[in-house]
Amino acid sequence: MKVDGPGLEKIFSNGSLGLTMVAVILGFLVGAVVLLVAGFNPLEAYMAILKGIFSKPKYMSYVIIYSTPLIITGLSVAFALRTGLFNIGAEGQYIVGAMTAAMAGYFFHLPMVVHVLVCVILAALAAGMWGGIAGYIKARFGVHEVISTIMLNWIALYLSNWAVTLKSFGKQGTGKSYAIRETARIDLFGEWKITEPGIEFMRSHSFLGDILKSPVNIGILVAIILAVLVWIVLNKTTLGYELRAVGFNPHAAEYAGINVNQSIITSMVISGGLAGTAGALQVLGVSHRIAKLAAMEGYGFDGIAVSLIGNNTGPGSVLAGFLFGGLKYGGSKIQDVVGAPTEVINIMVGTIILFVAMPGLIRLLLGFKKR
Amino acid sequence: MEFIDFSHKAVEMIDIVKKFGDFTANDRINLTVHRGEVHALLGENGAGKTTLMNILYGLYRPSGGCIRIDGRPVDIKDPITAIRNGIGMVHQHFMLVEPFTVTQNIILGNEITKGLGILDLGRAEKEVARLSEQYGLAVDPKALVQDLSVGSQQRVEILKALYRGAQILILDEPTAVLTPHEIGELVIIIRNLTGQGKSIIMITHKLREIKQMADFCTIIRQGRHINTVDVNQVTRAELAARMVGRDISFKVTKQDRTPGEIVLEIQDLVVKDSRGIRVVNGLNFQLKRGEILGIAGVDGNGQTELIEALTGLRKAGAGSIRVHGKDVMNQTPGKMIHVHKIGHIPEDRRKRGLIFEFDVAENLILETYFEPPFSKGFILNHRIIQAHAQNLMEKFDVRPRDPKLPAKALSGGNQQKMIIAREVTNDPDILIAAQPTRGLDVGAVEYVHQTLVAERNQGKAVLLVSFELDEILNVSDRIAVIFEGKIVGILNADTADEQQIGLMMAGGGL
Amino acid sequence: MESFIGDLGFIIGTTLMVSTPLIFTALGGVITERSGVVNIGLEGMMYFGAFAGAAGAYFSGSPWVGLLCAALGGGILGLVHAVACVSFCAEQIVSGIAVNFLGPGAALFISRMLFDGSTQTLTVPNKMPLPLNFLFGEGKLFASSGFMDLVFNRFATVYLAFFMVVVVWFALYKTKAGMRLRAVGENPEAANTLGISVTKIRYTAVVLSGVFAGLGGAAMSIAVVSRFSNTLISGHGFIALAAMIFGKWKPQGALLACLLFGSAKGFEIFLGAKGVPVPGDILAMLPYVLTIVILVGVVGKTTPPKAIGKIFDKGNL
Repeated sequence: MKVDGPGLEKIFSNGSLGLTMVAVILGFLVGAVVLLVAGFNPLEAYMAILKGIFSKPKYMSYVIIYSTPLIITGLSVAFALRTGLFNIGAEGQYIVGAMTAAMAGYFFHLPMVVHVLVCVILAALAAGMWGGIAGYIKARFGVHEVISTIMLNWIALYLSNWAVTLKSFGKQGTGKSYAIRETARIDLFGEWKITEPGIEFMRSHSFLGDILKSPVNIGILVAIILAVLVWIVLNKTTLGYELRAVGFNPHAAEYAGINVNQSIITSMVISGGLAGTAGALQVLGVSHRIAKLAAMEGYGFDGIAVSLIGNNTGPGSVLAGFLFGGLKYGGSKIQDVVGAPTEVINIMVGTIILFVAMPGLIRLLLGFKKR
Repeated sequence: MEFIDFSHKAVEMIDIVKKFGDFTANDRINLTVHRGEVHALLGENGAGKTTLMNILYGLYRPSGGCIRIDGRPVDIKDPITAIRNGIGMVHQHFMLVEPFTVTQNIILGNEITKGLGILDLGRAEKEVARLSEQYGLAVDPKALVQDLSVGSQQRVEILKALYRGAQILILDEPTAVLTPHEIGELVIIIRNLTGQGKSIIMITHKLREIKQMADFCTIIRQGRHINTVDVNQVTRAELAARMVGRDISFKVTKQDRTPGEIVLEIQDLVVKDSRGIRVVNGLNFQLKRGEILGIAGVDGNGQTELIEALTGLRKAGAGSIRVHGKDVMNQTPGKMIHVHKIGHIPEDRRKRGLIFEFDVAENLILETYFEPPFSKGFILNHRIIQAHAQNLMEKFDVRPRDPKLPAKALSGGNQQKMIIAREVTNDPDILIAAQPTRGLDVGAVEYVHQTLVAERNQGKAVLLVSFELDEILNVSDRIAVIFEGKIVGILNADTADEQQIGLMMAGGGL
Repeated sequence: MESFIGDLGFIIGTTLMVSTPLIFTALGGVITERSGVVNIGLEGMMYFGAFAGAAGAYFSGSPWVGLLCAALGGGILGLVHAVACVSFCAEQIVSGIAVNFLGPGAALFISRMLFDGSTQTLTVPNKMPLPLNFLFGEGKLFASSGFMDLVFNRFATVYLAFFMVVVVWFALYKTKAGMRLRAVGENPEAANTLGISVTKIRYTAVVLSGVFAGLGGAAMSIAVVSRFSNTLISGHGFIALAAMIFGKWKPQGALLACLLFGSAKGFEIFLGAKGVPVPGDILAMLPYVLTIVILVGVVGKTTPPKAIGKIFDKGNL
């Protein structure tokens, strides 16, 4: 599949906020029809989702926690796309990042803040390398990144699973690694929550206490900072100029003296680094360990959806990440409340992406002329 | 003229109108072609000739007017209807499936089968051989199209139409990519076809070939029918004046200048193309300050690869490229631009020259974005970039004057002006202009030529590569003729003889 | 020696079995990509096909009805991809990604509805039959679990897959329709000027690719195993896609590539069964590492269909 830039630029020039909004609405409509056909009341189901998101501080806190990795993997995919690269490999890069962070968090003994920084930086570097492999073999051998990153995803998964089997790192028989040290954790008040005053505080302050019942962590701040950084790098720096030039027209970029191959590798390294950071934050803030994976967890694939729905920009990824995180967390409630399968969320997301890919259809539906 | 049957009107297009939105591409155009006639459609790029023929071939529906074939009114709603009415079209960019054989290409869409949809290639090959014999169109039915020369590919296209029973053949710019020798062969083929009762409509803007091949010529300007003339009754200059709407001088005015020292020297250069063939094969020339050296030659004789080697876009295999005496072979494009000061107006502005999605301002700093004042450290200074664009757009008259428009929103002429503005502003020592006027209207062509002469007058060394012999003759100080990757002769432009250059372009020596 | 031959038979037999789903799906890939439409939605189509096949086989009791359901299910998703890519000029990779959300989403949604909230189906009452047993009786033609039995006595889907390779090859290279399909994938403008409907051909090709991917899914859920579960397909569609590219967009090439991937898997299963102390995870990586290594080695020398991934819009002529 040596597709020579199959009009990828279309993706980012065609998208506008209006079209995306319509696509999202259409996604909800299709979801409603699916629910209706299956014999559920879509209004009840959507109310259940809304309640599942907004009715308790704890829920909202969970949505933020769910959204954090999605925003960052979305940024990862968006960044590569702006260089004309389809990073299907955010999934594998996420896994490599999570694995690296879990190892650094467990094996190293370091002071508090330093330990976190070391974990995140090592994870970003390792995942950046993982992405860089795909970039390198694209630049050097012309292997399409969609294929190589799909393969790298599975290699990463088995690598991570193998790491969990290691005696020094994995708790034998549990299929899980040892937990990272306290110094490497980024959840707020994690230790304090289980102390006597902590429990007392949570009991007496219902709002804050409720929030603290979820694994609140500083990941979301990192995600938003990263989104701003991505926006600045792409639009305000010479590096962003080069990468976008390569993404739109590699031949013209080459003509202008831009090193196209170098740009491809750089873009994939940065993209991989972002996805790896998502994995690291998840380990440091939420799971504290990695576990044997039977199948892909989907953070990277969901990142593709986030990026596409967010029009492949930094701010767009943040908004789309919250949308997706909300649907994922709130959607998990409809099973209990109305008995409808949560997978209606996947159908909705798929539909939204499909409509985002068809601006022509949306214009047609809205009654605009084709040109 | 001898084959025309004036009693038989093969094609009549009457008051044809075609509108695209508010734009009228064809405004009441009339065209009559008789049996056995070669009829030329003459007009500038964008005059509406191709639109008219696309209507005749059913690719567009007309907004008004009617078409008669052999006297019968017909509604040509798609290419199939056109084919059924005996109309065949040979497009300028050949519509061939490259990895297919000649036979497969010819029968595609009209296959010979053994029944049940199973192909009978044996029988098809015999049929193709028979047709190629009948009309004197020599091709190997089993050859792969991608291995054929351009001339042979054109013969396959003509055979495709004949196989479908075409009586009327539309040829879109049939000589654009042919060598002079192949053009000679095409003349014979066309005589052969008209002799067997076929009618031919050729779209062209080349006056030379109209005089050589056509009986009648219809001139179209800005979508309107100007008139139809008997080719034998008019001169080339008259045709040109009617095409453009005013008298045009073919010659660019320029003062004599004595060229300075040698800036660029190429010795025994060898460059391979992407298939590994040595398309530049032992090439030599020198370029001096204050001169325009024109490289004349037919497309595909190594020009593209030569330019790519000179600009660092392609690795050269052997020989040397010296700029100011320094060997610069196989350095990166960036080095060629910034260290060795080579400016380049690329032959394909869509592919190389511009980033269509970038706005004008961003395109104007394509090679200098990392230098002050456009950036400081890593950070771009958008205010200065915009001001720079505004300034250049005024100076080079790029319209509309909005630096925030994406490049793709500008017309071809204005896009070319952007590229020229950028390259000239970079103040190169050597300016390479490859096909700088392709697809431009006459006004823009004059502008480009004047700019090249102005650069030469300022002491730059200008290398002009063009497939249009007229352009080379009008603009250059010296003319180097390229054939099969070698310079086969260098002539002084003032004393050069057109026919002699034509002969050299086809491989005939001095 | 005898045990070696038995082991070899086991490896070859397992290879054939695990290659079959890949072969079907890769054939689907060949058909769609030769017509110029990239389809990374094969994974989602295979996923949905696996579910539809198992569900169909469970409720009807017949694996053949299951196979039909799988073909139909995959075909419907193929139609979605075709509408997006052909009629509405969608970016083909993006549409494929959408299908990869829709396929699993729909499969699991319906599974939960039909199977009491579970993301796996119940065991099908009848798996794909072994046709040789059916024709000759069990253990009659070959000695049970002998080399010949292990290699040649396989599920009907295995034979069907090999047969389909021949059919697709013949259709692509020897028939009018196949020639037109390849022409559309190389140069749609040329085909259009000859009165060939690019739209019709691409629709047919993309829907067929869905049908084949669906069959591939069923070859998994009602032959290799006997039920659908949510982790059954995980990635096989993507591997089939890689096999198709590795096989240079040719049915026969795709077959060989699938067999190669299958043999790596077969070897892994064999070593696992023998209890050889090689880490399973490292072995499981092998096919993927192999793919990358091979692609690095061969990709420069392959030419994909020229118009692949390019949007054909008649209005742009």
